[in-house]
Amino acid sequence: MEAAPNIEAVVQFGDGDSIREIPAARLAIWLFLASEIMVFGGLMSCFMLLRIAHGGWDAEAAHVHWRIGAFNTLVLLTSSLTMALACTSAKERKRGTARRLRTYLGFTIVLGLTFLGVKACEYSLEFAKGFTPGAGLFWAFYYTLTGLHSLHVLAGIILNTTLWIAAARADLVPVVQRRIEYAGLYWHFVDVVWIFLFPLVYLT
Amino acid sequence: MHWLPSDVSTFGPSVDHVFHLILGIVGVWFIAAEGAIILFACWFRRRPGRTASYVSGHNLRELAWILVPALVVVILDFSIDVAAGHAWDEIKLESPKPALTVSVTAERFAWIFDYAGPDGKYGTPDDYWSMAKLYVPVNQVVRVEMRSMDVIHSFAVPNLRLRQDVVPGRTISAWFEATKPGTYEIECTELCGFDHYRMQGSLVVLSDSDYARWQHEHWSPIAAKPSSAESTGVRQ
Amino acid sequence: MSQAAIQRNVLPVEHHEELSFVGKYVFSTDHKTIAKQYLGISLFMAIVGGFTAYAIRWQLAWPSSAIPGVGTITPDAYNTLVTMHGTIMVFFVAMPFLLGVFGNFCIPLMIGASDMAFPRLNMLSVWTLLLGALILLASFFVPGGAAAAGWTGYAPLSARPDLTPAVLGQDMWIVALALEFSSFLMGGVNFITTALNMRAPGMGFWRVPLLVWYEVTASVLFLLSVGPLIGGAVMLLLDRLVGAGFFLPAKGGDPLLWEHLFWFFGHPEVYVVALPGFGIMLEILPVFSRKPIFAYRALVYCALTTTGLSLIVWAHHMFISGMDPRLATPFTVTTILISVPFAVIVFAMIATLWGGSIKFDTPMLFALGGLTSFLLGGVTGIFLGSAATDIYLHGTYFVVAHFHYTLFPVTFFAGFAGLYYWYPKMFGRLMNETWGKVHFWLTMAAFQGVFMPLFLSGIAGTPRRVFAPNEYSLFKAIQPLQVHATIAAVILLLAQLPFVVNFFWSLKRGTQAKDNPWHANTLEWSVSSPPPHDNFERTPRVRRWPYEYSAPGASLDWSPQAERGDAMPATGRH
Repeated sequence: MEAAPNIEAVVQFGDGDSIREIPAARLAIWLFLASEIMVFGGLMSCFMLLRIAHGGWDAEAAHVHWRIGAFNTLVLLTSSLTMALACTSAKERKRGTARRLRTYLGFTIVLGLTFLGVKACEYSLEFAKGFTPGAGLFWAFYYTLTGLHSLHVLAGIILNTTLWIAAARADLVPVVQRRIEYAGLYWHFVDVVWIFLFPLVYLT
Repeated sequence: MHWLPSDVSTFGPSVDHVFHLILGIVGVWFIAAEGAIILFACWFRRRPGRTASYVSGHNLRELAWILVPALVVVILDFSIDVAAGHAWDEIKLESPKPALTVSVTAERFAWIFDYAGPDGKYGTPDDYWSMAKLYVPVNQVVRVEMRSMDVIHSFAVPNLRLRQDVVPGRTISAWFEATKPGTYEIECTELCGFDHYRMQGSLVVLSDSDYARWQHEHWSPIAAKPSSAESTGVRQ
Repeated sequence: MSQAAIQRNVLPVEHHEELSFVGKYVFSTDHKTIAKQYLGISLFMAIVGGFTAYAIRWQLAWPSSAIPGVGTITPDAYNTLVTMHGTIMVFFVAMPFLLGVFGNFCIPLMIGASDMAFPRLNMLSVWTLLLGALILLASFFVPGGAAAAGWTGYAPLSARPDLTPAVLGQDMWIVALALEFSSFLMGGVNFITTALNMRAPGMGFWRVPLLVWYEVTASVLFLLSVGPLIGGAVMLLLDRLVGAGFFLPAKGGDPLLWEHLFWFFGHPEVYVVALPGFGIMLEILPVFSRKPIFAYRALVYCALTTTGLSLIVWAHHMFISGMDPRLATPFTVTTILISVPFAVIVFAMIATLWGGSIKFDTPMLFALGGLTSFLLGGVTGIFLGSAATDIYLHGTYFVVAHFHYTLFPVTFFAGFAGLYYWYPKMFGRLMNETWGKVHFWLTMAAFQGVFMPLFLSGIAGTPRRVFAPNEYSLFKAIQPLQVHATIAAVILLLAQLPFVVNFFWSLKRGTQAKDNPWHANTLEWSVSSPPPHDNFERTPRVRRWPYEYSAPGASLDWSPQAERGDAMPATGRH
């Protein structure tokens, strides 16, 4: 069995370097999120630039289902809340912590799946009307942006599910308690991307 | 610099001037830097009884040895680009009134040149088109308006010191004024597919009398395009 | 502050049972083994890339003849060779060699850590790269062959499946690159976190070796610049698969958008490769001159400045692309500015030689060869960064010569320098010094012979990526330049044979290496060659910066970072 370093190890050298007081895993997640910001930021910038260059795409944009989008926004925001509650409960050292953690995490997963399910229905509605990714540049961007985002939601659901399953075992609960912070960071990021995407794609 | 092809363009000398300016400046630095490396490598090779000196550049006096040259490099760089800026503006930003405008179509794998003819309008019977040969008068400003039917090509005439990428979906113009009659090569310099290396053309610069004769021979209502070219929508 | 107070939550170093061959060498999480896996991948891909170079050069020298060992090739096949040569060399040789090998091997050792912060993520990153490499190699054998739109993949040539034979091959190219990007994102996160969080006690930022600084800044730069191109890659794939139209004018898209996305990453990418190369040279020069590196802190600032500036220069690749010509001026200014840190780095290296006591062992020869060759590459960049001369030189062999005179030195000269230097630490034996020198001189001479003529060819106006340059009458007369370059290229490729033989022979028959054959200060030389599994029996305590060589009054001309005073350990291990 290879030596598994403690990814939360904080080595302090006492000369006030605050960077070195950040746990390794948290630093790594932030670095990863920085690169993700460049991915989504790049795509969104391209969308904005081309949209302006093509006069706004108002005709195409009229066909997006903004009510469905708004519902999904609510779903995702709520899931961020339940995720935050899961992370808070993880920090407790009371009886029933694991159960509370699992409950909130469970809600987050269900809400995430709801988001994806709604999105799938939305896509099929649009496909039925002939609005496929090849139907024009607006739709190409729509599917790329929301599709990439949905893939990230799916990854987050898988991550959360792994933690949810692990939390059922008493010996793994401390591990879950430590690692849920990172899953929470990622999930909030996925939510923040949607906060930008929703107005950009649905409301403009 | 005899490697540069002959220059028959009014703005050619500007480009060549910047080229030689850069060559002179970087040449001196290159020789100085390489010379220093070779000299130091020889002078300071390991010899018994001699130790290295502990010079680490930790104070400003020592750092000056590299910061001052770096500053000089920057100043020279800026001066190069001020000079180069004039040349760039002249070639790419200015748009002198042309005596002749030619519509250039780049498609895999040929250059097609469309002349509007005496009436100055495209799509009329007096138009003339030419595959691969661009006929222009000497000492007159010629404007080319370029579009691509498929992928990015690049219109380059080394003897004119001219190059401009041709991008599908837009019309890009360039101008030149040739100073010497003759035939000069046109290249495609952006990878466009399997016959990219043979996408050649000729710039035929005609003296005043030759150009007049050429116009008389070719700019008439007779010449009509084959249907394949018409359907490619070259008309403005 | 007491030792106990200083160290909390030290990484647990657990003892483990003896691993099987598969566990130790195939599915290893040990950074040293992973570094060797990256070495295997990069050297194998270098052979493939070198083969494409051979075929390209032979075709250019004798366009109507068959290529020995290959046969006659079509222009389509030529475009594929050119595309794959660039893609393989930049993404599957330079990056794994400079970042994967030396970043992985050296960072933990140089900072006094037992491994990377995330060893399993490290293993995932090398396996991801391997998968990408396999997909890229497989694309040679699918119907239609491998990608043929240039390593730059300009649209619409790359965005429409009907324009090159590589219908599947171009898609695989995109996927392979996406995997490569993921691999180095994972690696980069590992490098940055490790360097920030796992330094041994006493190793403040100003005691960190320059290689570590340069690897980490390169990783940060990669992390920040690759995102938009990942988006672009998704867009390109959608264009190809469903006709989305991002880069297709017929659908309202813009080919120039791809160029911006590509070069926004593409330019920082060359610094992602150059910075570690310089880092290696900056480690070797002081050791073999027995002198501190000159202007250590300035060199750190140069790395940081380069990282920042390189994100705002990209459109100097696009001066004549059809973008608004007024953009040429701001990008020319930023391009001038970025030459400043590079000038400082080069001058600092030269100043390091001054007053030194230089020994020309193979690592030093390669470092100096890299420096002298890079100089020519660097100065020729001025011609291209100046928009006016770029009008003439863009898309010619001048560009090809320029980027080979920058990329080849930082990848191969610096890479070989690092390999000869750290080989004893990696494998416990020294490479043969005589054959190392043979390798160096042949490579150095042949390299100049290949690319110097190409500058001249470019000044004459020869375009790049052409199956037969002598189709143009302008270039028929200078066809001998292509022949000269090809002969030198064959020699250059053959010159690598002594290295290959030396590398494998020395693994078993090289002189056993002691801990510190080069008498260097950095922490990796304070442990055995090769190091034990967890590197350090006890976490070292760092007492000084890495470049204390020939300090006045010291009894020796070197002072290891973790030794007290200037005393040497009594064990005689050095």
